[in-house]
Amino acid sequence: MSEGSVVGSFVVPVHPHTVLAPNQNEGWQRLRDAFDEAAQTIKDLDADLLVIYSTTWPSIIGHQIQSDPNPEWVMVDHDFHDLGSIEYSFNIDQEFAHAWDDANKKRGLQSRCVNYKGFPIDVGSVVALTLLNPDNAIPAVIVSSNMYANRSETTVLAKSCLDVIKSQGRRAVAVTAMSLSNRMFTDFIKPEDDKIHSLKDDEWNLKILEFLKQGRLEDVGQLSRTIQRQIRVQKVVAFKPMWWLSAMNGNRNDLSGKVLAYEPIHGAGGAVVSIDPTPSGAGDKEYDEDDVEYFHGERGVLDTIDENDTGAQQSPVVEQASSGPSLWEPTEAEGSVNTDAAPKPVGAYPHARKVGNMLFLSGVGPRQPGTNAIPGGPIHDEDGEPLDYDIEAQTHAVVNNVKRIVEEAGASMDQVVDVTTFLVDMKRDFKGYNDVWAETLGKIGPTRTTLAIDALPTPIAVEMKVIVHLGE
Amino acid sequence: MVKGKIVAGCIAPHPPHLVYAENPSQNEPVAEGGWEQLRWGYERLRASLADIEYDAIVVLSPHWQTYIGTHFLGLPHFQGLSVDPVFPNLFRYHYDLNIDVELAKAIHDEAASAGLPVKMMENPDFRVDYGTITTGHLFNPEWDKPMVVLSSNRSTAYYSVEVMQEIMVELGRVTRRAIEASGKRVVVLASNSLSHRHFTTESEVPEDMSKEHITSHAMHLWDMRIIDYMRTGQAQRILDEMPEFTEQAIAESDGGGLSWLLSTLDVPDYPAILHGYGTIIGTGNAVVEWPCHAHEEADA
Repeated sequence: MSEGSVVGSFVVPVHPHTVLAPNQNEGWQRLRDAFDEAAQTIKDLDADLLVIYSTTWPSIIGHQIQSDPNPEWVMVDHDFHDLGSIEYSFNIDQEFAHAWDDANKKRGLQSRCVNYKGFPIDVGSVVALTLLNPDNAIPAVIVSSNMYANRSETTVLAKSCLDVIKSQGRRAVAVTAMSLSNRMFTDFIKPEDDKIHSLKDDEWNLKILEFLKQGRLEDVGQLSRTIQRQIRVQKVVAFKPMWWLSAMNGNRNDLSGKVLAYEPIHGAGGAVVSIDPTPSGAGDKEYDEDDVEYFHGERGVLDTIDENDTGAQQSPVVEQASSGPSLWEPTEAEGSVNTDAAPKPVGAYPHARKVGNMLFLSGVGPRQPGTNAIPGGPIHDEDGEPLDYDIEAQTHAVVNNVKRIVEEAGASMDQVVDVTTFLVDMKRDFKGYNDVWAETLGKIGPTRTTLAIDALPTPIAVEMKVIVHLGE
Repeated sequence: MVKGKIVAGCIAPHPPHLVYAENPSQNEPVAEGGWEQLRWGYERLRASLADIEYDAIVVLSPHWQTYIGTHFLGLPHFQGLSVDPVFPNLFRYHYDLNIDVELAKAIHDEAASAGLPVKMMENPDFRVDYGTITTGHLFNPEWDKPMVVLSSNRSTAYYSVEVMQEIMVELGRVTRRAIEASGKRVVVLASNSLSHRHFTTESEVPEDMSKEHITSHAMHLWDMRIIDYMRTGQAQRILDEMPEFTEQAIAESDGGGLSWLLSTLDVPDYPAILHGYGTIIGTGNAVVEWPCHAHEEADA
C-alpha cells in the first residue's frame, strides 16, 4: 500500500444561502457555482476521504469527531431559518474517525468520537458535505473546532489526522468550513443589498485570498491572530482553521492556489478556494513559529506564574524536572553556544562549543525548551512502567532542537557533517528514526553512526551527537 | 383588561449536566446524581413559586445564538430530540413544549416599534436549543405552562458589553411593556451561568463531584460579588459592573440574559432570594429569584 496524502484542500463558506437560496443573489449563485466546480475537482482527484474542519461546530472538551456512519436529520439555521430546511444523510468513515481519535490521544490531545442519533451536525459541515459530496460517494469525517484551542493544539490535530491518512494510504481532501471576515449585518437586509460589511473587511479578505492564490498557506496561518483581531467577531480565541489547513499541507508556502469565488453572505466574506499540493515553484518563505509534534497543553492559563522569580540566576541548578534529573543552566566557557530555544542541559555543560571552524554539539534529545515535554511521549512513566511512544515525533523534535542550536551558532543545517545517534530500542525504533532521518538530515548528507544503548538520562528514546563544519 | 404583571424573575442555569443528573424519562443518558446543590436550588425555586399563579414563562437562552437581531419561537408547539453538540454524552432529550405565540408576537411587535431588529421563527423543523430545554425542564418539569423563547443576540461579540447592555436593557423595557399590555401573569427567566470558564477535560464519570470546583479564585470572587449585589437589592450595581464582570469572569452575561432580566424587572432594589450556587465543569452557576409578587404585596 502506498503512503496516503492530502491530494487537495478547499476553503468553503458556512452559511446556508448557497444551498437554499442561490437564486436570490448573483453572488450567492457564483459561490454555488464554485462549490459545484470544487465538487467536480474532488471527483477528478479520485479522492477517497473528505476531512471537514468546521468552525461552526464548537467544542469545549477537546476535539470531537463525528463517528455516526450515517447521520441523518433536518438542519435549520439559527439565524436564517426563514430560508428553509436542509435534510441531510451523510456517509461518515467511522473507521477513520476512530483511528483519528486514537492518533489524537497518542499525540497528547483530548479527543472523543460522537455517535448519537439526532446529533445536530453544524451548518458549516452540512453545507460543505451537501455541496461538495452531493451523492455521498466519498466517505467523510468531521471534526469540531475547540473554543479554547490555540495554534499548537490545532496544528497537532492536523498532524494526527495526517498520521492516519498516511498509514491508511488514503487520498484525502481537507476542507475548512469558515468565513473569512465573519462580521454580518446586524439587521435584516434584502438579498440584493448584500455586500461585504466594510471596506476594511474587504481589503483583508482580498489580502488573504492573494496569499491563498499564491499557495502561501503557512503565511496565512502565521497571520491567524492578526486576522482574528482585524476582521473577526471576537467569539472565539483565535482564527484557527488556517492553522489546521496549513498543518494538513505540511506548513508550506509553495502550494498552488485558485480562488473560485469570493462574495458576501449577509456581510460576511464567503470564498471557495482550491489549494493544490503541487509545488508552485515559488521559494518557501520564512517559517516563524516552532513546529509542534505533540500537545502538552496550553491551558494552564489560570495557573499563577511568578514572573519575578529569578532564582535561576543564583544557582546553576534551575529546576527539578517533574521526573528524572535536575535541569541546569548551560555552562559558559570560551566558544560556548547556548540558547533558550533548546532544552536545558541535565548537567554542567553547554549546548555547543566552537573550536576553530568546527562546532561540537552536546548530545541533543527531543525535550522541548521551556516545558521539558517530550514530543511523542516519554518511554516510561514515573514508576518506570513502559509507555507507548512515537519515535518519529521524538526524532523530529531532536532534529528541530539541533537546528536551533546550530542556528544560534550562526550556522545552518546544511553544514552538519557528522552525526552519532543513540537509540534505546534499536529493534523497535530504527525504522521510524530512519524514516525521519531520510526526510531531514538524510537530505543534507552528513556521515552517520547509530548505536543501541541501555538508557538515556531522561525518559527519551533517541539522542544525537552532532558535529558542524562552520566553513573556512 | 387587567394589567399584566411579572410575578417573578429568575436567573437559572442551563448546563445539561443538571438534567442529566436528574434522570428524567425524557433524557436518554443515565447518571448517578451529581450537582445536587444546584438541583436542590431549583427545587427550592419551584417550591417558592408553587403557590403563585402565572400564565407563561418567558425565557432568554444564550444557546439560541443569533447575530441578526432577536428572534422568537413563533409556532404554538415544538417537539423533537435535542442533542447537546458539546455534551452529547449527557443530553439527548425528547422535548415537547408549547409556546404562547400571542405573547411572543406581542413582545416582538413592541420591540419592533422600539426599533430593535426582531424576527419570529416559524420554521417547524427548527430544533429548540438545549439551554431553553434545560431551564424549561428544571423550572417546570411538568411542562404545563406555555413558554415564550427569545434568542440571545451576540452584540457583545460584535461590539462591546456596553452596546449589548444598551440593546438588552431596551429589550427588557419592551418585554415588560408587552407583558403588562397582555393582561397575563408571567415569570421571566434568564437562562444564564455567572463566571463561565470551563474545564477542558471531563472526568471519566462526569458526575464525579470530587472533581468539581470553580476554575479559579478570581472567578469565585466575581460570582460572590454579583450574588451579593443580588441578595442585597443592588441590581443597578450589577448593570454598572457588567462590562468588568463579563470580561474578567468570562461570564455568560455576554449573551445579554442578565441585563435583559434586570431591565425587565425594572432594575429591582429589593433583595433577591438565593436558592442555590454551585459549579458545573468549573463554571459558576446560581439559582436566584426576585419575588416580584411579594414585593408588590409589601408595597400595597
